[in-house]
Amino acid sequence: MIRQSWWKILSVLLLLYTFSAGLLIKVPLIGNLYGTIRNLFFHVPMWFGMMVLFIVSVVYAVKYLINPSVTNDIYSTAFAKTGMLYGILGLITGAIWANYTWGEPWSNDPKQLGSAIALLIYAAYFILRNSIPDMDKRARIGAVYNIFACAMLFPTLWIIPRMVESLHPGGQGVEGNPAMAGKDLDPNMRMVFWPAVLGWTLLGIWMTTLKIRFELYREKKLAHA
Amino acid sequence: MNSLKIISALFKKDLLLEIRQQYSFYGVLLYVASTIFVLFLAMGQPEDAVWNGLFWMIQLFVCVNAVAKSFLQESKGKMLYFYSIAGPRDFILSKLLFNALLMLVMSLLSLALFTILMGNPLRNPLQFVGLATLGGISLSLVFTFLAAIAAKAQQQAALMAILGFPIIIPQLLLLMKISGIAFSSVIQAGLLQMCLLLVGLDFMVIVLSVILFPFLWKD
Repeated sequence: MIRQSWWKILSVLLLLYTFSAGLLIKVPLIGNLYGTIRNLFFHVPMWFGMMVLFIVSVVYAVKYLINPSVTNDIYSTAFAKTGMLYGILGLITGAIWANYTWGEPWSNDPKQLGSAIALLIYAAYFILRNSIPDMDKRARIGAVYNIFACAMLFPTLWIIPRMVESLHPGGQGVEGNPAMAGKDLDPNMRMVFWPAVLGWTLLGIWMTTLKIRFELYREKKLAHA
Repeated sequence: MNSLKIISALFKKDLLLEIRQQYSFYGVLLYVASTIFVLFLAMGQPEDAVWNGLFWMIQLFVCVNAVAKSFLQESKGKMLYFYSIAGPRDFILSKLLFNALLMLVMSLLSLALFTILMGNPLRNPLQFVGLATLGGISLSLVFTFLAAIAAKAQQQAALMAILGFPIIIPQLLLLMKISGIAFSSVIQAGLLQMCLLLVGLDFMVIVLSVILFPFLWKD
């Protein structure tokens, strides 16, 4: 899977489609969004990608606890790193979007807070790992914190934004689902949105596999040195 | 049945140590008193929202200080001894129980001190007392598990704050939002839902600690 090329080609094609169709198709004019609605194809997929990457990271953390091997640990960390990158990109694209539609880049929206918390948690995860010199112990404790943090984080990311007032869709008293933009998403846009989500997520996985292969190579070199 | 006995024995041991040494209890108590006194000197008697925010922040720091040493005080030899007589699940459950009790007492004491020094803006004091206990227990559960993690790495206290603060923010925000009811006579919508969410999170923390602690325990 890691070395196969079909999904990498698919990712490139989907992203080419996202960039061309995403900027060219006719979009509905909603409220004060105007043309910025096209950011949907770039901002929202970042969060989808981040969640997928973090969840895969946790899956490998669980696998590490069941079967402690260096490979599982490398997988887990690499996915967390790329997830972090996607989170930062999501925050930046969101801030730019918010600057034009809500009037300020940061307005303490519950989703903004949630994403900031997510980034802080994973930053703490890397600090924790770096503070433990012993490799096995580092991997084990890192995996435990990864699982614990993720289990605490995701319910709050999914539940709280629905319960409080939010500028994002899906908050209390606002129509739609927080993530999918719900049934009010224009059919034209849907034709671009889901391919964009898939393309960006695959790109994230691709980047991670490169990192993993590099780390595995380094590990092998160390073992034979 | 057997594990219940072990849990209660370990719990009793912590309690007895606490009563005999009286170091950490009075230490934390003094911490609470002096922090609130400093706050009183700095702020006087603040408005409702500030009062609420300060109260929960103080709870957070008290919790970090009260819980941090729960794994630090156990030396390596002692841990080995516990390892030979008790399972990891019993051990973490007894710690969770003890810290919850400690934090319960601390929450009530700091609430009393808060109302004495910083004024009493509460309209529904009983509800707030209930919330303070619920909040104190929630905080203690999360930080007990994090203390167990941090005890395995160096730089205990600092690391605990780094690990714990981001994780605790959602719970703290929920608590602050819910405790708004104690300041006004208006009933908030979705209150029960939020309380249930808090209790659910507490339950999840207990389950996760029971599942994950065995991996931290063996060295």
